[in-house]
Amino acid sequence: MSEHPILKIDDLHVEFRSGGETVHAVNGMSFQISPGETAAILGESGSGKSVTAAAIMRLLQSPPAFITGGSVHFKGQDVLAMPIAKWREYCGREIAMVFQDALTSLNPVFSVGWQIAELFRAHGVASGRDADARAVDLLDRVGIPDPALRARDYAHQFSGGMRQRVMIAMAIALGPDLLIADEPTTALDVTVQAQIMELLEGLRADSDMAMILITHDLGVVADVADNVAVMYAGRVVEHGPVAEVLARPGHAYTRALLDSVPRTHSKGHKLSPIVGSPPDLARIPKGCAFNPRCRFATDVCRTGAPPRITVAPGRIAECHHVEAVYNDN
Amino acid sequence: MTTADQESLIIRRGSPWWRMLIRDRFALIAALWLLILTLCFLFGPELFGEAATKLNLRARNLPPGSMEHGWLMYLGGDALGRSMLARLIVAARNTLAIALVAVFAAMIVGGALGMIAGYVGRGIGHVIMRFADILQSFPSLLLAVVVLYVLEPSVGNLIIVLAITRLPIYLRVTRAEVLEIRERVFVDAARALGGSRYHILRRHIAPVVAPTLLTILTVDFSIVMLAESSLSFLGIGIQPPEITWGLMVAQGRNYLSQAWWLAFFPGLAIMMATLSGNILSNWLRVVSDPEQRWRLEAPGDSTPRKSAGKNDV
Amino acid sequence: MAHFLGRRALHSAIALIGLILAVFFLVRLTGDPTDLYLPIDASLETRKEFAHKHGFDRPSTEQFFVFLKDVSKGDLGYSLRKQRPAMELVLEAYPTTLALAGVAMVLSITLAVIVGAIAAYKPGGVFDRISSIASLAGASAPDFWVAITGILLFAVTLRWLPTSGTGDLPYWILPIGVLMLRPFGLMVQVVRAAMLGALSSAYVKTARAKGVGETAVIFVHALRNACLSVVTVAGDLTVGLINGAVIIETVFGWPGVGKLMIDSVIQRDFPTVQATIMVTATAIFLLNVLIDLLYVALDPRIRHQ
Repeated sequence: MSEHPILKIDDLHVEFRSGGETVHAVNGMSFQISPGETAAILGESGSGKSVTAAAIMRLLQSPPAFITGGSVHFKGQDVLAMPIAKWREYCGREIAMVFQDALTSLNPVFSVGWQIAELFRAHGVASGRDADARAVDLLDRVGIPDPALRARDYAHQFSGGMRQRVMIAMAIALGPDLLIADEPTTALDVTVQAQIMELLEGLRADSDMAMILITHDLGVVADVADNVAVMYAGRVVEHGPVAEVLARPGHAYTRALLDSVPRTHSKGHKLSPIVGSPPDLARIPKGCAFNPRCRFATDVCRTGAPPRITVAPGRIAECHHVEAVYNDN
Repeated sequence: MTTADQESLIIRRGSPWWRMLIRDRFALIAALWLLILTLCFLFGPELFGEAATKLNLRARNLPPGSMEHGWLMYLGGDALGRSMLARLIVAARNTLAIALVAVFAAMIVGGALGMIAGYVGRGIGHVIMRFADILQSFPSLLLAVVVLYVLEPSVGNLIIVLAITRLPIYLRVTRAEVLEIRERVFVDAARALGGSRYHILRRHIAPVVAPTLLTILTVDFSIVMLAESSLSFLGIGIQPPEITWGLMVAQGRNYLSQAWWLAFFPGLAIMMATLSGNILSNWLRVVSDPEQRWRLEAPGDSTPRKSAGKNDV
Repeated sequence: MAHFLGRRALHSAIALIGLILAVFFLVRLTGDPTDLYLPIDASLETRKEFAHKHGFDRPSTEQFFVFLKDVSKGDLGYSLRKQRPAMELVLEAYPTTLALAGVAMVLSITLAVIVGAIAAYKPGGVFDRISSIASLAGASAPDFWVAITGILLFAVTLRWLPTSGTGDLPYWILPIGVLMLRPFGLMVQVVRAAMLGALSSAYVKTARAKGVGETAVIFVHALRNACLSVVTVAGDLTVGLINGAVIIETVFGWPGVGKLMIDSVIQRDFPTVQATIMVTATAIFLLNVLIDLLYVALDPRIRHQ
């Protein structure tokens, strides 16, 4: 881990209060990423990964969401403490986000060219025709044919893949130092997925931008990321270099995830999904949150919080039975 | 290993309706007021009929606020010394009855037409919808005025006219729901088992649509009451010797500078009735929406929805 | 888009034609239309003369075609009371009603947009509570009673405003104020709901993530989408305003279409009543077409269907 991470999250806690219930979406999440690095945050739905991203960008609506603990530092600045208007100056310019569903994430009543140009106008970089021209350039850069013509079209006139390219164009417009991509390919066809990931990788390499890739897709993580943080029930349960973590996981959940991937070369082999279902975040199990579904679980897992164990240099796992998992291959 | 017995699903019991009513202070007051009005409706004319027509020349144009001539005269007396309070109570029956009958008639006829339009579709459906368009696109007051002009303003005609102007809303809502339900599996099952269209509409579709219509009815009641009052105020609705609150306002208008209470209290009565109706319908809407109910439920009445295993809190 | 507009215009046209037909049949429904035109105590001879002069003793089908011919020429009958063509009376009265309704509409929409937007931005806050109370009051208050109470309070007791009639600003305050109640109450809820939806939408999140300032987020991104809901309700709003105008004009003595209608009914001047219906129906038809055009202009998704 570098000395000066571009983004550092410390023990973040986020709660959702509604209907008389409290849902603990993020429970002590800690994470950091260095400049130029590609880090993946891997987890199922309900693991807290999207909420974390929204928390970083300060896009959570309070109510019902409340940040009840922890801190976020971007380039050394305390994100959560600064006035929201000041943080908005960073947004789009130095830190940007690509969302999952481009159709609903783009405003249906303005043309895509207008929405991209808005970035330049809002941050005082360019205005009027200059901004529009730059928007067309960006559309070209993300691979949209006939960009000058298409800039005048609306979101619903694009295909899914094209729309996502527009979202990416908006995100990289001002050359941010950190890009957060929240499930950028989940809503797309498999072939289009590959194209989009290629585009992202290309853009990132061009500008040496750091990228946080939030996904539940192991394949994407393996292809693109340098480091991976595995999230479960609102915490990072394991992190480290991708190749090592995926080859020999130290946490039972990572192990179970890898096991559940169907293998093409073992025909006739039974599928092994992870038993049970993700926890109800209003009632998280005591001890280790994964214990009801874990095949390595013992009594200590049900009562005591798991310790942070250094599995290897640069690799942490929070598990009572790291050794058992690590050696079970 | 998690087995079925470790996963338990506890169904939320929730609060009984009266508990939820008590927790909403305004809805409670509204309900109580409507209860009082119902009592006036049922027993008013019998109990207060005499007092409403008794002439008392000493109490002519008596201002409200004094108990000199008895508690009945607390709201004042009119030009003939009759008790305003008694007259209000007696007029409640007509006012409420007309609104209630009109609104129910609209619901039943509108609902039936909507079911036909939704279920049969095609030719008849289109004709019915265009008919609803005509009704809805024209100002209801003007429509009512013209029809009553032509047909003579009797109580019966008034109710028919009011009902007709409210038809379109029940029609549209019913049709929309029927279109949606029509595609559901249990309707297919009934059809496969040989159910006739009438049978399916009556036994399967009507019960599902009814609650929505009843919710609309509570709001509509206020709208119809206001419409009848407006018509009577203009002199085109109820005709003397019949009396409703709207007509009382019209009659009191001539004495505005001398005896303001003659026009004020009947209008206030209308407002309080419609206000109660609207408050209660808001309450009903919160109660029947599963996502909003929790605002009115007492904390102790509901139990946790689901436990994922025997190890949780 | 053409398909969308064409279909809607057709429906409105059918509604208009249907209404005109309904008026024709309604008049002849009760048997003898002469009753509607002449005073109750007219002699039998007067009636027969009248019926013959106006063709009521002809077969229905012939009457129908004559009716259609007259309507297409714009000849909607002759007011017996005022000794002038009915159409003239109606067209004379319309500007007053348009002014009244127009000002009320503009004011209620403007105020509703402001209050509704702020209410949606801070749900549960002061503005939100004001908007709820205003809508409840607007939906429950009998406008004729509020008008009378207003006159009682401001004109008779406090003597700040005139009791009735037209003129400059003081004469407008009470009528517009009362007329605005219901449309404002309705609009505030519509705007609030639309803005709530827009402010919690994904595209607003994106705008914030782009670093767009809060003012632009509310008044450009969210409001522009909320407009669509406002336009959708605009038709109902206008119809409601006409209803309200009838009462307001009658109470405050404004010589608009509403008062004309009521007076004509009381004086049994049927041609004027009929003419008012026709002109109003046509005006509403035109309004609906305009609203549809506005909708297409505001929503790009419809343009490309």
